[in-house]
Amino acid sequence: MENKFDRRSFLRVSGTALSIGALYSVFPALTRKAGAAEGMTRTLAELNGEAPAPFSFMQLSDTHVGFNGPPDPLGTKAFESAVATINGLKHRPELIIVTGDLTHDADSPDEHAKRFKLFKEISSRIGGAQIKVVPGENDAALDGGDMFREFMGPTHYSFDHRGVHFVALDNVSAGRPAVGTEQLTWMKSDLARFPKTAPIVVFTHRPLFDLKPEWEWFTSDGDDVMNALAPYENVTVLYGHIHRENFHQAGTTKMYAARSLIFAFPDPATTPQKKPAPFDKAAPFKNLGIRRVNGNAYGNDLQIEEVELATAEFSGTVGMDQMLKHGSNDAKDE
Amino acid sequence: MKISIFKNKIVNTMLLAGACGIAIAFAAPKANLARANDEPKVIEITAKKFEFSPAQITLKKGEPVILRLSSSDRVHGFMSKPLKIDTDIPADKSEDVAVTPDTAGDFVVICDHYCGTGHGNMKMKVTVVE
Repeated sequence: MENKFDRRSFLRVSGTALSIGALYSVFPALTRKAGAAEGMTRTLAELNGEAPAPFSFMQLSDTHVGFNGPPDPLGTKAFESAVATINGLKHRPELIIVTGDLTHDADSPDEHAKRFKLFKEISSRIGGAQIKVVPGENDAALDGGDMFREFMGPTHYSFDHRGVHFVALDNVSAGRPAVGTEQLTWMKSDLARFPKTAPIVVFTHRPLFDLKPEWEWFTSDGDDVMNALAPYENVTVLYGHIHRENFHQAGTTKMYAARSLIFAFPDPATTPQKKPAPFDKAAPFKNLGIRRVNGNAYGNDLQIEEVELATAEFSGTVGMDQMLKHGSNDAKDE
Repeated sequence: MKISIFKNKIVNTMLLAGACGIAIAFAAPKANLARANDEPKVIEITAKKFEFSPAQITLKKGEPVILRLSSSDRVHGFMSKPLKIDTDIPADKSEDVAVTPDTAGDFVVICDHYCGTGHGNMKMKVTVVE
């Protein structure tokens, strides 16, 4: 059973240059041989009731609805721009994942509830895609995830999509950067039915490794999670929290951070202080954009298409429309 | 950097005492004298949203101290990977952490128990001198 998945063709992403959201193309083990494909399809269907097929999905992160700067006085404009951009794509993703900090924390529960409602209102404008979310500390750390569950559903869960198993992991609602024993036990049990070569995507908010602990870029029991994932050969971890791109690999597990939709943090390797990058009025969405990766059923010859937001002139609703000019140039912003 | 946790020390001593009760009783006067001489310095640190007070302390390499942590509002975290400190500071009682730094330098301690919108910048500096 284990050899029926082609690990090389599992998940191809655009390397370290992910942008406003990251669009991934997944090619789960399709082969040239019809017989082999049928057998693999049957296997996956038996495992999770999902027939494998190529598909694309997009990661958004850290929308921080309710944050009104400084450094970013634009509020939800980047988020709304991302939604409009997704809707304008010729090949729209059928799945969107959001890796936490959907809302910015508020002192008043009523105000926080309004922010959750606004997040739902804006994200609901994305047409034709399932939206799956995990909480960030702003969403769930003060009340143990109660309000998040009320508006968005459970803080951890799993699901299958076209042959890929997705695990939503909560490393915030304990108050501290931790997954906790109970959730870890659940995850091990959840994965136990899969062969070691099964394609698995884990999405969570904080990094599961010590990226920069003094900036709280870590998960205290991240090693336990990684040890539990280690036997599985095709694991990709997608996370947010750090408001910038990052790639890290541990064994065969690849971990990618996405940019935020509110403001960027600097590179901790070259910056002593955790301080948001200053707002650039001339380029308010600097570093933002969408990278789309298209592939074929054999998992090679990738085609990368950039969608860039043009922000030179904008104001109000008309201005927002002006911003959404699709370009073909790569974003050279990192 | 090696750090001894004071609570663990107490537990270990009690376990040892349970196992060797008579020997401890005979040795008690000398042990009390030694403890009085080696009493570690106590440094009090108070946490509140979104700061530690004091915001900076200086320790001497190799010299044991006790950090007496308390909070004036809610639970906070007190975490430094290089110093191997990772504890919560409850709102209703103080928490003692014993530290014997063995490396000189500046170290950042952060609150890693989310406490509100200013949480991300709640930190203090520990300077260890030779």
